Amino acid sequence: MLVEVGHFALALALALSLVQAVMPIWGARSGDPTLRQVATPAALGAFACVLFAFAALTYAHATSDFSVQNVVENSHTTKPFIYKLSGVWGNHEGSMLLWILILTLFGALVAVAHHTVPPVLRANTLAVQGLITFVFVLFIITTSNPFSRVAPAPLEGNDLNPLLQDVGLAVHPPLLYVGYVGFSITFAFAAAALIEGRIDAVWARAVRPWTLVAWSFLTLGIAMGSYWAYYELGWGGWWFWDPVENASLMPWIAGTALLHSTVVMEKRDALKVWTVLLSILTFSLSLLGTFIVRSGLLTSVHTFATDPTRGVFILAILVLFIGGSLTLFAWRAPLLRQGGLFAPISREGALVLNNLFLVAACATVLVGTLYPLVLEMVTGEKISVGPPFFNTTFVPLAVPLLLIVPFGQTLAWKRGDALAAAQRLFAALALALVVGLATLALTWGGPVLAPVGIGLGAYLVVGSALEIISRARGYGASRTASPGLIWRRAIGLPRSAWGTALAHGGVGVVVLGIAAQGWATEGLATLKPGETLATGPYVATLERVSPRSGPNYEETAAILTVRDRHGNAVGTVDTGKRFYPSRRMTVTESGLLTVGASQVYASLGEVQPDGAIGLRLYYKPLVLLIWLGAVVMALGGAVSLTDRRMRVGAPTRARTKALPPNAVPAE
Amino acid sequence: MTTPSRLRALLLAAALLAGGPASAVQPDEVMKDPAQEARAREISAGLRCLVCQNQSIDDSDAPLAKDLRLIVRERIRAGDDNQQVEDYVVGRYGEFVLLRPVFAWHTLLLWLTPVAALLLGAFGIWRLSRRRAPAPSAGLSAAEKAEVAALMRRE
Repeated sequence: MLVEVGHFALALALALSLVQAVMPIWGARSGDPTLRQVATPAALGAFACVLFAFAALTYAHATSDFSVQNVVENSHTTKPFIYKLSGVWGNHEGSMLLWILILTLFGALVAVAHHTVPPVLRANTLAVQGLITFVFVLFIITTSNPFSRVAPAPLEGNDLNPLLQDVGLAVHPPLLYVGYVGFSITFAFAAAALIEGRIDAVWARAVRPWTLVAWSFLTLGIAMGSYWAYYELGWGGWWFWDPVENASLMPWIAGTALLHSTVVMEKRDALKVWTVLLSILTFSLSLLGTFIVRSGLLTSVHTFATDPTRGVFILAILVLFIGGSLTLFAWRAPLLRQGGLFAPISREGALVLNNLFLVAACATVLVGTLYPLVLEMVTGEKISVGPPFFNTTFVPLAVPLLLIVPFGQTLAWKRGDALAAAQRLFAALALALVVGLATLALTWGGPVLAPVGIGLGAYLVVGSALEIISRARGYGASRTASPGLIWRRAIGLPRSAWGTALAHGGVGVVVLGIAAQGWATEGLATLKPGETLATGPYVATLERVSPRSGPNYEETAAILTVRDRHGNAVGTVDTGKRFYPSRRMTVTESGLLTVGASQVYASLGEVQPDGAIGLRLYYKPLVLLIWLGAVVMALGGAVSLTDRRMRVGAPTRARTKALPPNAVPAE
Repeated sequence: MTTPSRLRALLLAAALLAGGPASAVQPDEVMKDPAQEARAREISAGLRCLVCQNQSIDDSDAPLAKDLRLIVRERIRAGDDNQQVEDYVVGRYGEFVLLRPVFAWHTLLLWLTPVAALLLGAFGIWRLSRRRAPAPSAGLSAAEKAEVAALMRRE
């Protein structure tokens, strides 16, 4: 019964989103505020309906209601409860429902955020958001209904793919979707600006928090997915340039560019048309990502051909939104007034350069991902575009970009002084050089590029820290050397300055982690209990191989003791092969031993009848920095979000809060 | 597994494992000469496992990948240099096997994308920087003036 009500709620959401798509825009056009204000209740209603539908499906999964097709296909009575919950979005129908849940949540948030957005802009934005909701709810109802029943109901379900029965993958899709879908808001704002034919700093200010939220979550989502692939897929890689990974990386790169261009627009009233275009492109890439994953087009053209309904529907959605918005852009963008000019050596000049490199990197990933498909369609030739291509093209674009990051932070708005900036960055440059050379000397005979990467990472981290310190120290007459005063001033710096420093420092931490993989080592051997395998600074002894039982699997586990080269025990690590009878699938569980930020990674291979096992052992120095850096980046986004500038729309609070007397003028 | 195609679309990331989850190179495959083994690993990392999803034969556990790894090692043992080994495998399986596409007419657009994007962007920025100062703002519309007045009254 609840399932049917959930289905009905979804239909109701379809109707409400149609109202939300039509009425406000009509009201804004005709100047009828009553009609315009329909947007708020419609958006809230649509959210409530989708939330109910989602809750109904969750209930069906939690109670293992095998009369529901979706539950039969993805659940099993012995599956641990947490995976019963995450199983709701561990399948196509449920994940699309989560997608629109987040979509309507964002719509509701815009509807509730009364003060920050001018009414006409808000009405148009909500209308565009309503249109997106309508189309996706229609997609779910017509092609991917999660509520269909089966009769007679089977006694047992097919279980969730064991690879997805993992905490990492339980939280990965929600994080990623908040990111993907969050960019729908900036898209809606951009379309609304085009419809209205005006755009200004108020627009940039309204859009920025949403961009920050989406970007931070997307950063976390990608990092989570990468860590999951690292420990679950069993061969220790953390990025594979797989089409699905690229699908999430492209909106992230475009979103990063957008984040920076909105700053220029807000501060300098420039890059307006470009920012609108970036907003459109970012969400278009999110849609493209959804299409790539959902249609299965890139897995195999045949998969797509055997069940084309969904793929064709999503393709139609892509054409509607990407084509529609770009047409709207071509038609209306000339109406938007172009803003201020600036000298090339300035903060905004550096940010333009940032956008240039990011967009070139994004284009490279896009073309690399789609090229084999297009080439096969056009000429019939089959080629592969794999990691070697992306590494050769992406890295040379990323490195110059990273080099200008601290410079951009240091340069002043309008007209900067490159020499002064270089002087202020002297400490960072010198330290990076020392760190890089010292690393090279200490690891002489090892990799050559890795020390360069370490130097680059150090440069980014120190550069970010220096930015905070030099701003806190002050300029000219207010310059001080007193540590206490510097500390108080640093605390008083705008949150956005801290956010920027954290995010950029986080990038440096990621670079350090990636560079350190140059010293990763790998050992491979067939071991019997008591025998050892050495890799990097560690030696692992196979203690025993024993069977274990889990709630819904049988496992053969190898237990290893890890010692350092002096024979001191560091810890134990166990790796196993799990057999899930419900799906007849075997999954390797890699074993991880964390020492500081480094890890020893064990992966079980073949188990031979005489008790010997194939074992792979990796030493991954500082590997955790890759994901910790991403977390720091997302944290930077969150800190920026608390900047008081984001709340200036709420006038009372902003007015009562006076500036601290020693505050450095806001950037 | 009533809808395998659907699942495949869904679990693209998981499909990386089309060959089944386990370590790839097996201990018995390793060549005696560490230098030769290192070369074999380097070549393997650039060859695609044909039955897998975007996975090199070095990472894959599929039987076909194992065959290819053994072929690579056999050719190395026979005295081929890296290029010759690659040519040999391409001769048998076609260009599809190369994870790093060749630079040729049909991949020209692909390889030139980064440079083209940079140049195009730089040209756009150059055009933008040459544009003359914008016309002075038209000021506020009547409706906006009224709105400002209303806000001022509320103060």
